[in-house]
Amino acid sequence: MATYSTNEFKGGLKVMLDGDPCSILENEFVKPGKGQAFSRVKLRNLITGRVWDRTFKSGESLEGADVLELDMEYLYSDGDMWHFMRTDGSFEQYAVDKKAIGDVEKWLKEQVVYTVTLWNDNAIAVSPPNFIELEVVETDPGLKGDTAQGGSKPATLSSGAVVRVPLFINEGEVLKVDTRNGEYVSRA
Amino acid sequence: MTTDWQPSASIETLRERARLLARVRAFFAERDVLEVETPVLGHGGSTDPHLASLSLKATTQGGCERLWLQTSPEFHMKRLLAAGSGPIFQLARSFRDGEVGRRHNLEFTMLEWYRPGFSLSVLIDETQALIRHVLGRDPGPCRQRRYRELFRTQVGLDPFTASLATLCQAAERETGMDLHDAERDACLDALMAFVIEPHLGQEGLEVVVDYPASQAALARRHPDPEDGAEVAARFEVYWQGVELANGYDELTDAEEQAARFVEDNRERRRLERSEVDADARLLAALTAGMPSGSGVALGMDRLIQLALGKTSVAEVMAFATPRC
Repeated sequence: MATYSTNEFKGGLKVMLDGDPCSILENEFVKPGKGQAFSRVKLRNLITGRVWDRTFKSGESLEGADVLELDMEYLYSDGDMWHFMRTDGSFEQYAVDKKAIGDVEKWLKEQVVYTVTLWNDNAIAVSPPNFIELEVVETDPGLKGDTAQGGSKPATLSSGAVVRVPLFINEGEVLKVDTRNGEYVSRA
Repeated sequence: MTTDWQPSASIETLRERARLLARVRAFFAERDVLEVETPVLGHGGSTDPHLASLSLKATTQGGCERLWLQTSPEFHMKRLLAAGSGPIFQLARSFRDGEVGRRHNLEFTMLEWYRPGFSLSVLIDETQALIRHVLGRDPGPCRQRRYRELFRTQVGLDPFTASLATLCQAAERETGMDLHDAERDACLDALMAFVIEPHLGQEGLEVVVDYPASQAALARRHPDPEDGAEVAARFEVYWQGVELANGYDELTDAEEQAARFVEDNRERRRLERSEVDADARLLAALTAGMPSGSGVALGMDRLIQLALGKTSVAEVMAFATPRC
């Protein structure tokens, strides 16, 4: 794998740090009046999802990480693993473990396309589309005629996620939800 | 459709910028300081080991030559001083390779001025006055701090007498960097950049003086009144954690200047950076005699950024480098 020097660090570059693959979020050039320059770098650890702040001397370098982000359709879960299939026509399947699925488990729906992050050909993370349509499987009965603002109640969706929805929503309805903040957007 | 053809500053900001630049000119006109324009290209470049100069090949009367883009207008302006110009200022486009970020742009506007006969402290006063004049408001009280004192109070060590091991440990602790093979100045720079600078100038202008002798650049050195240790006769002005200006009691000794060029290029080789042609004409001008005095360089884009309450220099430049 190639190595990258601080002046090549830019958003999206994947590098190895402390043995984990990381994605660079920001690279800030810092230089005191006269003298040595530094890079203050924000990186997301792709395994844990944590954001790290690190400082490097200008010109230091990191090894690149063999990381790919691929579109894959969710197929099924066998209880231990979640199975996805590439959408590029190769039908190649990848099994994703609990750790890599993380919080995304509650946004899984068959036939929906997710972004799966592979490191050395192993799935290490899954991210859902920004918006997803899911059916309400459990909520208090809707209030007739209440289509105005004001008031909300919890609703459990078919994927397991619980979101706040307006009072007029009923079981069986399909909703559009923003997976980034877990908020109800509209009826689908 | 791409939108990166558009300016990185709004047209309204560019109007404000023009207004602030006009204030700079009015300030110096009032004080009889002559505005000059000197070339951005030169046969010599800045040898400063921590500045990366850009150079180009040009066809001139001398044939095909390598010319350097200035990192500041210092050398040409000093030659004017030696030729008897008297006090001069310039709003000069300057270039520093690799310097890109919120407070940096590959090319930027340096306000540089020279005051023959001025002591460093008189120039510090004038620099504050200029900043007040450009802002059109009071940035708060101005405090002067000694470099050594800042390190003692904020890092808990004496930057001049602490051992290299102590400096390395402190810098590693504060920044998380691996500095086991670093030199003194690298450790001091790390502590300055990450521990001290962010707090400077939060309640008004803050002026740092008496830098380590090893960081003198083109400033004279003089003994620290405290214990006679040699310090650089240099100052830096900070406001809101941002370094705005860097001033020197200017070195006028040609031999000392020539020695520093050699020393710089030796340091460049050690750091595996390419050498830069030293400016022979500057040395000749110093030999002919440059009047003693002080000079200061101020990052005009940063001052405009802070004056207008913007978060990056790109927002006050017509086309910051990514859009040029």
